Amino acid sequence: MKLFVSEGNPHCLKVLAALEVTGVHCDVQYVNHDERVVPFLSRPAVPALLLPSGLHLFSPNAICRYLFEVSGQDSSELCSRWLEWEATDLQPALLQSLHLAVLQGKGSEVSKVLQGPLNYMEQSLRKGNTPYLTGEAVSVADVVLWAALYPVLSDSSLALGECTSVKAWFDRGAVMHSCAAQKVLQGKGLQGMKSFMQRQPAPQSSQCRDAQPCNSNPAEGEESERVVSVEEMEAAALTWSKGLNGCPLAADRQHPILPQEGKRNLLVTSALPYVNNVPHLGNIIGCVLSADAFCRYGRLRGWNLLFVCGTDEYGTATENKAREEGLTPQQICDKYHAIHSNIYKWFQIDFDFFGRTTTEKQTEIAQNIFWRLHKHGFLLEDTVEQLRCENCKRFLADRFVEGVCPHCSYPEARGDQCDKCGRLINAVELREPQCKVCRQTPVVSSSKHLFLDLPKLEPQLEQWLDKSTSTGDWTANAKQITRSWLRDGLKPRCITRDLRWGTPVPHPDFKEKVFYVWFDAPIGYLSITANYTDQWEKWWKNPNQVEMYNFMAKDNVPFHSVVFPCSLLGAQDNYTLVNHLIATEYLNYEDTKFSKSRGVGVFGDMAKDTGIPPDVWRFYLLYVRPEGQDSAFSWADMALKNNSELLNNLGNFINRAGMFVTKFFEGSVPVMELQQEEKTLLALVGWELQQYIQLMDKVKIRDALRHILNISRHGNQYIQVNEPWKKIKGGDTERQRAGTVTGVSVNIACLLSVMLLPYMPAVSQTIRDQLNAPQSCINTMLQGTGTFVCCLSAGHRIGTVSPLFQKLEVDQIEALKKRFGGQQPEDEPPKKKTTAQSAGSTQPAAVPAAAAEVASVNGVDPEKAKQLTQAVNEQGEKVRALKAQKAEKAVITAEVAKLLELKKQLAVAEGKSSEPAPQKGKKK
Amino acid sequence: MALRELSSLEKYLGLKKPNKYSTQGDKKVPVLQNVNGPPLVGLVTVACHLVREAKRPELLGDCAESRAVVQQWLEYRVTKLDGCTREDVKTILKDLNLYLQDKVYMAGNRFTLADTFMFYGIHPLIVDLAVQEKEQYVNVTRWFDHIQHYPGIRHPLPPVVVLRNKIYSSKHH
Repeated sequence: MKLFVSEGNPHCLKVLAALEVTGVHCDVQYVNHDERVVPFLSRPAVPALLLPSGLHLFSPNAICRYLFEVSGQDSSELCSRWLEWEATDLQPALLQSLHLAVLQGKGSEVSKVLQGPLNYMEQSLRKGNTPYLTGEAVSVADVVLWAALYPVLSDSSLALGECTSVKAWFDRGAVMHSCAAQKVLQGKGLQGMKSFMQRQPAPQSSQCRDAQPCNSNPAEGEESERVVSVEEMEAAALTWSKGLNGCPLAADRQHPILPQEGKRNLLVTSALPYVNNVPHLGNIIGCVLSADAFCRYGRLRGWNLLFVCGTDEYGTATENKAREEGLTPQQICDKYHAIHSNIYKWFQIDFDFFGRTTTEKQTEIAQNIFWRLHKHGFLLEDTVEQLRCENCKRFLADRFVEGVCPHCSYPEARGDQCDKCGRLINAVELREPQCKVCRQTPVVSSSKHLFLDLPKLEPQLEQWLDKSTSTGDWTANAKQITRSWLRDGLKPRCITRDLRWGTPVPHPDFKEKVFYVWFDAPIGYLSITANYTDQWEKWWKNPNQVEMYNFMAKDNVPFHSVVFPCSLLGAQDNYTLVNHLIATEYLNYEDTKFSKSRGVGVFGDMAKDTGIPPDVWRFYLLYVRPEGQDSAFSWADMALKNNSELLNNLGNFINRAGMFVTKFFEGSVPVMELQQEEKTLLALVGWELQQYIQLMDKVKIRDALRHILNISRHGNQYIQVNEPWKKIKGGDTERQRAGTVTGVSVNIACLLSVMLLPYMPAVSQTIRDQLNAPQSCINTMLQGTGTFVCCLSAGHRIGTVSPLFQKLEVDQIEALKKRFGGQQPEDEPPKKKTTAQSAGSTQPAAVPAAAAEVASVNGVDPEKAKQLTQAVNEQGEKVRALKAQKAEKAVITAEVAKLLELKKQLAVAEGKSSEPAPQKGKKK
Repeated sequence: MALRELSSLEKYLGLKKPNKYSTQGDKKVPVLQNVNGPPLVGLVTVACHLVREAKRPELLGDCAESRAVVQQWLEYRVTKLDGCTREDVKTILKDLNLYLQDKVYMAGNRFTLADTFMFYGIHPLIVDLAVQEKEQYVNVTRWFDHIQHYPGIRHPLPPVVVLRNKIYSSKHH
């Protein structure tokens, strides 16, 4: 018998408590929230009990009942009644309460939700007049209900009213089971459940409309009408009437930006992209673009914020790449740093500074941290068995060795990891190792190295982590990955390498060695800031005044949450440590992975060749931002979102609003007389604005986007219902209505331009230019919880209005899809292809895709391909003509055979697999 | 609905004297006054009581394990099946289909109260399924057809036609 539970899952409290009360012996295994323990359920269901018969119980109440029964305590009918009530009545209310308290920070609303169920219990307990729910002794009903209510009743901040009997009953249990609560909630109370709650679908009650599950597509939520109260309407109308008066103008950014007294000072970093490759869309959305959207938003909010990033340039991969391209590592870095810089410029990533790690400051700071760690005794010395190539006269870094995997016998395993079985490998364990450069067999030789003593730093780290994760906004995956690292126990980590391209280790016993990139690279954040300003320490040694945000993809989490903080903690120099760790999941490409080697996917430098504007790229990437779960980039979906959301919804609304002003009111905003309908609209828009701000404050960038689109939907509906183009032709009252509708609409357009700024900076500016909107509107609307004021008052003259977005046509998208579908792009330098070939020629047959690619590379001939394309087209015409004439079947068959042969040759010439493409869309 | 199910159960159990039920709250939760103690509230609680009254305890499972399984599915019925949304339906059917792959009844090899109430709960979902969908959830359909032909259970619900021969071979699509 085995019980599966997960941390932070309140349902697990029940079963652990029942296990303790009954004393039944049972293995308990902790699993992740996402783990599918019960084979037949699609949604993960924990807790689950694996019965001796092999069946799984997945209902916590049924598990508790079972535990009680096998320990000899049958449950009474009264017990059943309580258990059924708990499942059908109490649980929905609890789910909603936890949602409010844990995810939305609205602990104050919990008492309202729970009042009914708690009163019911109170009355029953009073009437029964027994210490426990079903009598004088503890029953399964007590355990289940106590555990269910534990999270809310043990939290004094929720103020759950005067239920004296319930409290007395609850106190009888609390002492008994406090250790179960420790196991599940880890003493963190409600916050201990955050990551679990984030994975639960939102409760379906109408009171919880704003509690959308974080995974749903931003614009695809249910569109039920929100009921607006009279107070909300009046408040919205009052805000509106305040106008722009008295709002300070945004000050231009003055470099260097330094922390300021009395302001929210944010230091924002985005993971340093590795220099040896061109970033793909997944890299871009994972780090720089997400960070940029947040920073742009933060600046609008008036926060004092510094956004730094740069290329990570040291390490084996750079040396490899340099050898591949016949350049020096420095030349490679210069070349790729420029490529990165240009790509980010094109995507309008507004860094305050984009630096690099190969600088003197890097050496200075890294060596300083090293010496401090050394001084405080956090470095260990050890000898490491390493492979050395006598031919190349050097120790081989992991990536320079290849051999047979000791676990699965895959012949192409790398020195650090096997691509086939995925297991981590110690290079010396490889069978038949080969130097990747000269193909000689290396010998095992020992070399002295330094290790960072992570186990010694662990207590400090845990103390800091507890504080940082409970007070800051860490994404669920970041917390989870960090926790699993700590659970597995930390081991000393080697910080030196036998390489040349790196920051030199200053210690005399270790000259000729450099720092291992994982130690070196995060220090890049500091050195890049130091290259930006001499006063960098005001940011980096100022934890009391500065809040740090780190943006990254989830594979980078352990280095930012465990390893780098350990380096900084060990250095004991009052360093600023991360407060908010924002990690994305992965972005897939059309349901496969981005792969440079296979040419699959869109890479930063190619995005501009598509002819799609950077703002649309930004919009779509943020729209599919892998926030909370993996997502996929899809061309068809991009076209759809562009055409439906940008063109038909957002663009259409803004354009119509502006056009009405131009066409019906000679370009001057008409007088607006707010009626009930406008007030309702203002309240709705104001509500969406508030949601947007709440979400953006918590770095839910993708979820916030939905609220922008909701506003323009409200706007379109409003215009549609009021038909100003008809009313303008009517009498005075009608004309005045048309004026009001137009004026309110164009003001909403102005608000939208501000909310869009973090997502589409150029479009946002274009809208304000078209509306001739005052710059002060940018800062006004995002103050506090959001204030939608009338920015364009009656008489304001707008500029020239023109459409904002273009339709993406099906054939255009199909062409792009084909182009980026997975062949080597044609403009790839020919040299690259030969290396791909030589590396690929040893690929085993187990990798069919790669093998097919290698085979085809031999026959690639663009010139021939051109001729063949022509021939295929002509032959195709011929076949169609014959078919149209209803020619004899034998004749057609012969011509079709010719066509197929030509297509086959074409495929070879184009470097595709010569297998006929599978026929799509045809039903057999 | 719940009351109708309870009266069907009474007939199936052969209880002579029909009980008088009241309901409680918006959701019309059935309540049965109980001479020997506090009133019984809730469909599952009342149903289990009736089974015990009729001295048919095997309907609640014949060992601790199957008793737990029966309770679990009864709870599933009132928490998951009742009030499920359109999107939930697919997941529910998919999960049940997988669950029933190697089972004759909800709790293994014996007919239990779980079959009765899962049947009542799932009937409205099955009625709405197209032929192809029924084929998709072939294990659910097989179980459903079996239960609706189980003596004394289906009434008064209308029978649902279940085709046993696949019209479409899965090879063509």
